[in-house]
Amino acid sequence: MSDTTQLLRFITAGSVDDGKSTLIGRLLHDSKSIFEDQYSAISKTSEKRGRAAVDLSLLTDGLQAEREQGITIDVAYRYFATPKRKFIIGDTPGHEQYTRNMVTAASTANLAIILIDARRGVLTQTRRHTFLASLVGVPHIVVAVNKMDMVDYSQARFDEIVAEYTAFAAQLNLHDVTFIPLSALNGDMVVERGDSLNWYTGPALLELLEQVEIDHDVNTDDFRFPVQWVCRPQTEEYHDFRGFMGRIEAGEVSVGDEITVLPSGHSTTVKEIVTYDGKLQTAFAPQSVTLTLSDEIDISRGDLFVKASAHPPKVEKEFEATLCWLSETPLEKHRKYLVKHTTRTAKCLFSRLDYRVDVNTLEHHAVEKLNMNDIARVALKTQLPLVFDSYTTDRATGSFIVIDEATNNTVAAGMIV
Amino acid sequence: MSKHTFTHLDALESESIHIMREVAAECKNPALLFSGGKDSIVMLRLAEKAFRPAKFPFPLVHIDTEHNFPEVIACRDKLAADLGERLIVRSLEDSIKRGTIVIKDESKPRNPFQSVTLLETIAEFGFDACMGGARRDEEKARAKERIFSFRDEFGQWDPKNQRPELWDTYNTRVHAGENIRVFPISNWTEMDIWQYIGREKLYIPPIYYAHEREVIRRGGNVIPVSHLVQPKPGEKVEVATVRFRTVGDMTCTAPVESTARTVDEIIEETATTRITERGATRMDDQTSDASMELRKKEGYF
Repeated sequence: MSDTTQLLRFITAGSVDDGKSTLIGRLLHDSKSIFEDQYSAISKTSEKRGRAAVDLSLLTDGLQAEREQGITIDVAYRYFATPKRKFIIGDTPGHEQYTRNMVTAASTANLAIILIDARRGVLTQTRRHTFLASLVGVPHIVVAVNKMDMVDYSQARFDEIVAEYTAFAAQLNLHDVTFIPLSALNGDMVVERGDSLNWYTGPALLELLEQVEIDHDVNTDDFRFPVQWVCRPQTEEYHDFRGFMGRIEAGEVSVGDEITVLPSGHSTTVKEIVTYDGKLQTAFAPQSVTLTLSDEIDISRGDLFVKASAHPPKVEKEFEATLCWLSETPLEKHRKYLVKHTTRTAKCLFSRLDYRVDVNTLEHHAVEKLNMNDIARVALKTQLPLVFDSYTTDRATGSFIVIDEATNNTVAAGMIV
Repeated sequence: MSKHTFTHLDALESESIHIMREVAAECKNPALLFSGGKDSIVMLRLAEKAFRPAKFPFPLVHIDTEHNFPEVIACRDKLAADLGERLIVRSLEDSIKRGTIVIKDESKPRNPFQSVTLLETIAEFGFDACMGGARRDEEKARAKERIFSFRDEFGQWDPKNQRPELWDTYNTRVHAGENIRVFPISNWTEMDIWQYIGREKLYIPPIYYAHEREVIRRGGNVIPVSHLVQPKPGEKVEVATVRFRTVGDMTCTAPVESTARTVDEIIEETATTRITERGATRMDDQTSDASMELRKKEGYF
């Protein structure tokens, strides 16, 4: 690994039957990311369970609590690195609660691998996974057509699946889709190319993961800086220092730039960009920095700094959103909840439940209450104004979570329309 | 952004700073758990990056088992003093005196008891959030734990009842008496830690680097000889060239044979090692497939 290694986060969508665990196991094994003690542990288990070969899928086996109670914990994170990139895999096991799990894992992902069993082609679950990936705005999609060994590595079968998927995906908002034929079991086109898929000239899976262009996965145009924390050292040396700390969520900012503080609307200029490693002339997303300003303005946590741009954010107390309900306790329309959006938390209520989306057919249904895993179009009213963008413009300023004040649980994830 | 270089270390650093600032802003009375080990030393640098030029908006807290390597305790005290930050130390001995911990065998690891003193310390100061330097790559129970990990009144982790964590929008809310553990370096790996120590030129306890040490070999493990671990009849003390990959309880932390005397050499060794960090060095995790999971449920970090 060198000093210029980038970080890529991806998820794998598919069921055990599609060979998802085997694919992850293969990726880790062939990229030499499995340690001997881990390997010997799964060898022992494979033997105990009477498997002929070492079962790589055991690497993603669950916790004692999961095994004993037959449940799956929603997301496990796994790490591996090659000389080109460091990878974080958000692994979401199980069929049940799939919507909730996948939305959670996809929310931070640069890329989603959608697994298809070459024998079975595009299934309902393929549509569901693809819809959820598009809903959460995962920037890159890889359709991995697995088990090619079971269809004699047939190019015709692969082409058929590509055509079927492409026709379906046309109605969704996907920007970058790549198809790869592979066999996780035999290791063809995962890390090594193998000898059986010579008709395929595109990249193997790991090669693609190493090369996909991710610099533009964050919005690079519209500067957004939610204030997290106001720094006032009140020491002799920094007597008058008043720095606004936060992470640049989109765009970039330079010393001397005019910025507007929302929701108040006051404008000023950036005096300094302060970091522990010295002052900067320019800073960009997703850096965490401290800004000092030329004028004394009343600013606190929850305010947002922006620069004039073609897409100004909205400042509103009412907005529409796509909501994914995550809690076992259904949404009750007459109750008030809390919404946490960037660094601002406000009371909210649901003024309308417009419709629920069937994640398998994309059909809309009338809805009275929301249950776990439901995806719905809703309208919210908040007690304080929020400063937001549409989710498609900016994932950070277009997303929010809903918290139930009675339990303090996170009960929903929202994407502003 | 393509005109800027933003490496994986930059990305991890920025994420960790963001998490620490969320804790400072949203939690009423947070603390940073600091042991003098390499991961918590990285946490300290991240806290400097997050809050300087101001002081940290939280104290450093160490739960001392009194089974620690003296070099690590010296490093803990030196770094806290150099930074001019407040360090609170609470010892398992205090709990033993109070009778809340009963030790049967002095030579056995004390990790299982650490949670008792930690919970007592949390109650003493009323902490509602404790930041710790645990990483998800360490162990499979950790791999499934949230960055903001909610604990009930008994400090227990309930793996099947975790709050979903979406985007970077963290739910920090707790009721009175409850608290959260926060792991800002969840997404860092052992390799990232070493690369960051190299990049930031961090001072770490010298026992992380290869040195000569008296050891005995017991049950496939290399065990450092100390006042707590003496050779049993028939065991031979030998001098080996070793370094520690983790620095925990002296009775259960095994060094690895190594000649890596610089950070660069350690990075090279980490890149080629075939054994996980805990697998190589923590005898207490080898007892059962679910050791860590069980300890966490009891309130361990």
